[in-house]
Amino acid sequence: MKVTVTINGSDRSAEAEPRQLLVDFIRSTLGLTGTHIGCDTTSCGVCTILVDGTPVKSCTMFAVQADRRSITTVEGLKQNGELSNMQKAFHQEHGLQCGFCTPAMMLVGSAFLEENPNPTDEEIRWAISGNLCRCTGYMNIVKSIQAAAAMNNEEVSA
Amino acid sequence: MYPNQFEYLAPTTLDEALSVLAERGDEVKVLAGGQSLIPMMKLRLANPTTLLDINRLPDLNNIGESNGHLTFGALVRHNDVVKSELAGRSNHTVFAAAPWIADPIVRNLGTVCGSLAHHDPEGDWASVMLAAGAELVLSNSEGERVVPITEFLVDMFSTSCQPNELVTEVRVNKHTTRGGGDYQKLERKIGDYATVGVATSLELGDDGAITGAGIALTSVYPYNLKVTEVEDLLVGNQPGDDLFKEAGAIAAAASDPASDHRGSADYKRHVVGVFVERGLANSLATAQGGQS
Repeated sequence: MKVTVTINGSDRSAEAEPRQLLVDFIRSTLGLTGTHIGCDTTSCGVCTILVDGTPVKSCTMFAVQADRRSITTVEGLKQNGELSNMQKAFHQEHGLQCGFCTPAMMLVGSAFLEENPNPTDEEIRWAISGNLCRCTGYMNIVKSIQAAAAMNNEEVSA
Repeated sequence: MYPNQFEYLAPTTLDEALSVLAERGDEVKVLAGGQSLIPMMKLRLANPTTLLDINRLPDLNNIGESNGHLTFGALVRHNDVVKSELAGRSNHTVFAAAPWIADPIVRNLGTVCGSLAHHDPEGDWASVMLAAGAELVLSNSEGERVVPITEFLVDMFSTSCQPNELVTEVRVNKHTTRGGGDYQKLERKIGDYATVGVATSLELGDDGAITGAGIALTSVYPYNLKVTEVEDLLVGNQPGDDLFKEAGAIAAAASDPASDHRGSADYKRHVVGVFVERGLANSLATAQGGQS
């Protein structure tokens, strides 16, 4: 079946067998390998992408379901050729070690701050509770999302 | 992991979807949120020859009110319930449970109706619906029928929904201003099955006595257990600590948990007692207008 998506602002079309998982369509067919595959069982959250702005696990959705929808992956976070505030914050606060969970964490963090621009640490921890990190102990991830919130708010008030 | 091959259909009208089910419902699995179905297909525990994606059907994603009921269409996601002010003021048991379903990302896709139709015997929603006295609307190409939750849930992974039928809505009674409810859940980590889950619902009369009660348990019996003994004990009595303690003891005795990696049977049975007492106390506080 032909699947057409708007991914990171660009329209892309390709053939997909109905059983092709969205994560493989993104990585293998569209060549965007920033979205990772971890557990492949809907547990770890590293394959999280945004579909119409909402975080979903792309190992638990078929590519055909995404037809005519809008997708954002980590490659789409940069703005005007520069790192987004969320990316800058993960860099600045050392919000990663191995980096495997990072694309998903930054996407989930970005979608969460749209809904809640001034979160508490506790609220951030709940927001990322569908995403596993085996390196950081989450401390610096929470700090990074807080730092991104502060950067966003500074821009709004400037 | 890849499922077996299947034919994919994504109709845009309910009539089309129901006619597919009428013609070959036996070969079809309905795809709503897919958060249980797709993992099962990847493990090849489910091997439908046709996958009927209902996500492009209109008007099924509403949380609404009708004839004193709070209604959830087939495409209402768990997270829609978490965010719904209407659900928050209309049914306290449902609203308390929603943030405890799966994890935040799964909640964005998984649906209430799909979860009930899947009928995992350790699922949270079935207990909530048993306590809340829910009904399901099952549609086929000829019309629809309304089935109480107690008749809908048949056995593990099995319901009274026929191959030619689609669950189009689940509805619960709205709590009155003298009603309250709660869902208590112990889980090892976010997204895990409940070690123990307890759904409670209370309605009070003008004199403060209990006029309606619903209690159901998750993960401590071979299926979601509605504890009618406790409901019967509560109705007609004035609420209070002693009554709730007795309710907890009866519920704990009625449960039959298995010892496993989530805890010993004795531990789980103890938690049932504690959760029933706590859930009833929270339900009462809401019913009396206090803090839950």
